[in-house]
Formats: sequence, C-alpha cells, structure tokens
Amino acid sequence: MTTRNRPLSPHIQIYKMPLLAILSICHRATGVALALGTVVLAYWLASAAYGPVAYGHAQAVLGSALGKLVLFGWTAALFYHLCNGIRHLFWDVGHGYDIAAAYKSGRIVVASAAVLTLLAWIIA
Amino acid sequence: MSLKSALGRAHGLGSAKEGAGHFWAQRVTAIALIPLSLWFAVSVIGLSHADYAAFKGWVGKPGNASLLLLTILTVMYHAQLGLQVVIEDYVSCEAKKFASLIAMKLVAAFLAVFMTVSILKVAVGV
Repeated sequence: MTTRNRPLSPHIQIYKMPLLAILSICHRATGVALALGTVVLAYWLASAAYGPVAYGHAQAVLGSALGKLVLFGWTAALFYHLCNGIRHLFWDVGHGYDIAAAYKSGRIVVASAAVLTLLAWIIA
Repeated sequence: MSLKSALGRAHGLGSAKEGAGHFWAQRVTAIALIPLSLWFAVSVIGLSHADYAAFKGWVGKPGNASLLLLTILTVMYHAQLGLQVVIEDYVSCEAKKFASLIAMKLVAAFLAVFMTVSILKVAVGV
C-alpha cells in the first residue's frame, strides 16, 4: 500500500490546537468560570449582610490557601475575559481580522491579562 | 393578508428567533463592564484586608453602593446571556436544553436579587 502517507483529516485527539483556537475556547471557559464565580461573590456580599461574625468567617475562608487559589484563578479569568472581550469588540466593528493581526492582538491579550493579574496580586 | 413586506415577515425568524437583540445586549453590557470591572477590581484590592466596619463604611458611601449594584446587575445579565449561548451550543436534546436554560436563568435572577438585597442591607441597614 502506497497510500498510507496520504494526509489525513485532523482528529481532535491528535490535532494541535493553534493559538487562536486556544484563545477562543479560553474566552468561553473563563466566561463560564466567572459566571460560576458569582456564587463566591454572592457568598462574600451576603456574609456582610448577615453581620460581622459571618463576614469575619467569609474573610477567613477567602483568605485561606484554597480561598486565595480560587481568587487568583478568578482574577486571572476576569482579566483574560476583559482583555479578550475588548479584542472581540474590535472584531465586532470590523478591525483586526487578518491572521497576522489576530495573532498579534491575541499575544497582546495574553500579556496584558498576565500583567494585570500579577499587578493586582502585588498591590493587594 | 399582511401589509408587511416579505423581508419584514422574515425578520426575526432565523435560528435565533429573536434577531440581534441578544447580540446587542451582550455587547452593550460588555462595554459597560469594561470600566465597571476595572473599578470593581481596584475596589476589591483596596478591601482585601478590610474588617467589617471598614467594609460597611465603604459600601455605605452612596457612590460605592451605586457602582457595586450596577456592577452586580450588569455582571449577572451579561453572565446569563453568555451561559445561554453555551447551553444552546452544547445541549442538543431540546427538553434538556429548555430545562437547563430555565434553571440557569432562575439561578441568575436569584443571585442578582440576593446580592442586591445584601448590598442594600449593608449600605442602608442599621
């Protein structure tokens, strides 16, 4: 058989996702994560409404190692979704469609989100 | 017999059933959330070590309470629009899609009201 070297259509399990595809699914994933994170936000705000004891407890929970890990992930998701959301708004008005521009804006988004996340945690 | 044009009758009858309303609402809330989420991030960083009295004092300022309410409500509206699309994309069974959409919207509505009441209680409560 000499046909074995024919190119095969890429299957999802062996297909190397290009950067733009990864950034695209990350926008959706961070959106879902942030939506789930509103439960944590509600817990924090409600704790204050239930009084000083509940608020102190919530601050301790969110200040624990696991709490900080969740909050760090939430911050990273927020800044990524925010930066990439701005990228989407530029696309919505018709800017930055060619592949080189999409790669460039994608890299700017990743760098901006990383800088904003680290900045937030250095200040906090 | 309708006096509407053929185009007028077809408007809104695509797969989305409701035209561009969802698209526009998602974009308008997205634009609103650019300044609101930056304000929220800066505020929460400032409150990270705040005790109850400091938090109550901060929420007690009308400007902070207003922006916080606006952020919460815009976030929940934007989030349920986004989750709706995710459910519509991945849940193919019509019954399960319908049930999960309703459940998701009701949970989002509850969270929006719950957070609003919580903020108002801290802001204006005794």
